Amino acid sequence: MTQTTQIDTQEDIFELGGKRFTNRFLLGTGKFKSKQDMADSIKASGAQIVTVALRRIDLERHEENIIEYIPEDITFLTNTSGARDAKEAVRLARLAREAGHGSWVKIEVINDSKYLLPDNAETVKATEILAADGFTVLPYISPDLYIARELVKAGAAAVMPLGSLIGSNQGLKAKEFIRVFVDEIDIPIVVDAGIGAPSHAAEAMEMGVDAVLANTAVATAKNPAQLARAFALAVKAGREGYLSGLPAKKDIASASSPLTGFLYEE
Amino acid sequence: MISFSEIQSILTDDSRERLESLARQSKQLTEQYFGRTISLYAPIYLSNYCSSHCTYCGFHIKNKINRVRLKPEQMHTEMKHVAATGIENILLLTGESYKATPTSYLIEAADIAKQYFTAVSMEVHPMETDEYKELFTNGVDGITIYQETYDRTRYKEVHLYGKKANYDFRYDAAERVCKSGMRQLSIGILLGLGPLAEDLHSLYQHLRFLEKNYPGVEYSVSFPRLRKIKGRDFAICDVDDKQFIKIICLTRILFPREGINLSTREDAKLRDNILELGITKISAGSNTSVGGYEMFPPEDQDPQFDISDKRPVDEIVQMLKKRRFDPVFTDWRPINNNRGQSPIFSHLSQKGLE
Repeated sequence: MTQTTQIDTQEDIFELGGKRFTNRFLLGTGKFKSKQDMADSIKASGAQIVTVALRRIDLERHEENIIEYIPEDITFLTNTSGARDAKEAVRLARLAREAGHGSWVKIEVINDSKYLLPDNAETVKATEILAADGFTVLPYISPDLYIARELVKAGAAAVMPLGSLIGSNQGLKAKEFIRVFVDEIDIPIVVDAGIGAPSHAAEAMEMGVDAVLANTAVATAKNPAQLARAFALAVKAGREGYLSGLPAKKDIASASSPLTGFLYEE
Repeated sequence: MISFSEIQSILTDDSRERLESLARQSKQLTEQYFGRTISLYAPIYLSNYCSSHCTYCGFHIKNKINRVRLKPEQMHTEMKHVAATGIENILLLTGESYKATPTSYLIEAADIAKQYFTAVSMEVHPMETDEYKELFTNGVDGITIYQETYDRTRYKEVHLYGKKANYDFRYDAAERVCKSGMRQLSIGILLGLGPLAEDLHSLYQHLRFLEKNYPGVEYSVSFPRLRKIKGRDFAICDVDDKQFIKIICLTRILFPREGINLSTREDAKLRDNILELGITKISAGSNTSVGGYEMFPPEDQDPQFDISDKRPVDEIVQMLKKRRFDPVFTDWRPINNNRGQSPIFSHLSQKGLE
């Protein structure tokens, strides 16, 4: 009988906002062709955190409320989509909490309907206010190190640097800037926006980010649930690759003879 | 930015392949940036008093129609009717009469509308920035204002008098809306009224200018097609279904993130099929007469235009689901211009969280 090698697979816990998660794939719930597709994608991926735009939640009543399709044990991250400045983001977050949607908030402050790029400065302001008000704040930003440091000081639970423009599916165009975050920022890093394929997610995780969020790619896939599952697997694979210690890429060619050997020549 | 000659080339190219190629690109971009969601809205006409003479419109000052302006209790009646169908996004319209429907009247209408709908837009006479600001702070989220045609000569031919005859005042109104803090702006042209390629080119330039200078506004575009009014045809060019589809697709390709609206002027078959090609918002269960939902029987109504797609809201919802679209009623949350009508907001105020 062949012997199989035992791989020590200690459960990889993702700590965020005082909670412990076992899945580092977060799912956005916009753009699906049906709320059932969205529900199936949550289930297939095992995502434990989902984002929902408050502007889409039918607070007052009725049929087909997106909330009904999200299992109760999921951590609900309301996003402040529609907010154009810090004040509006704060208002939306408080509205979400008052409406019973919890106190986890993804801050999206966007005053740009063309590219949907976030306003980093206003995001910092909103984070300061909401973190002080007891929210678990996950701010969505362009990857600027100064801003990330401000967010840490402001009490953010994580930072969410964009991979590339929202909805672009372009992957990690901001890769090197995110790498700077991995090296310098000690709170969890969740890459969000532009993640168009599971390989992008794996690439981000291999770099050492803590989690990845995808929305457009999954929602607009032919088989959203299947792609959601693929993303979750890719995130896991990337994370294991990172934990295993990937061999360093040799960027310096090995010389055929030592360059400093002459120092030791007799 | 696309050139005028490129637009002309697309409009004059009759090949099936070209049309199909435009459609494929448009569909892919729409799904990428909007998914398969379609927002639903409905119009409520508050008043058909009008002080302008636009030759092509059923409401113009010379037309002998029953002039009606809703009183507050009548607004409640009409709005309650529409809200009961599930609509959350309302477009309030009036003819262009500064006397019959001044800003104060519109504010009163917005106050009432906020009790029934989460998003309130208006399509009314053009106004000054301060007036738009007043509407905004009193609960209006969006303004719809069409230039109708950007061709000055044609504009003068069809807008004979009244404030609408002032081309520049109307053109600049879009920018004044943006300056006022209004969240949403919808612009457009009346297809067939003016020279098509010229109008499209000017519209795209206008939209590009607004996007660049007022990036925080959510823009959408509409392309109502000019219909005959009382048997008279005011169109100077024919915009058939193929041209219409080309225009929708081209707009989507040039402006991937902006909304494209579709009214009930178009018939059900076209509406259903064009959903795949760039549309993001449609009206449903519409009536284009003042008091047309509850107050007046059909024989006493004077519609602004004839509706081709008469399906009620629930039928539209079923159609959308059958075609694997997600119908969205709620797509807005008034953030800083609500007057506390929502119980949730009053909780915030009471707790000193505002």
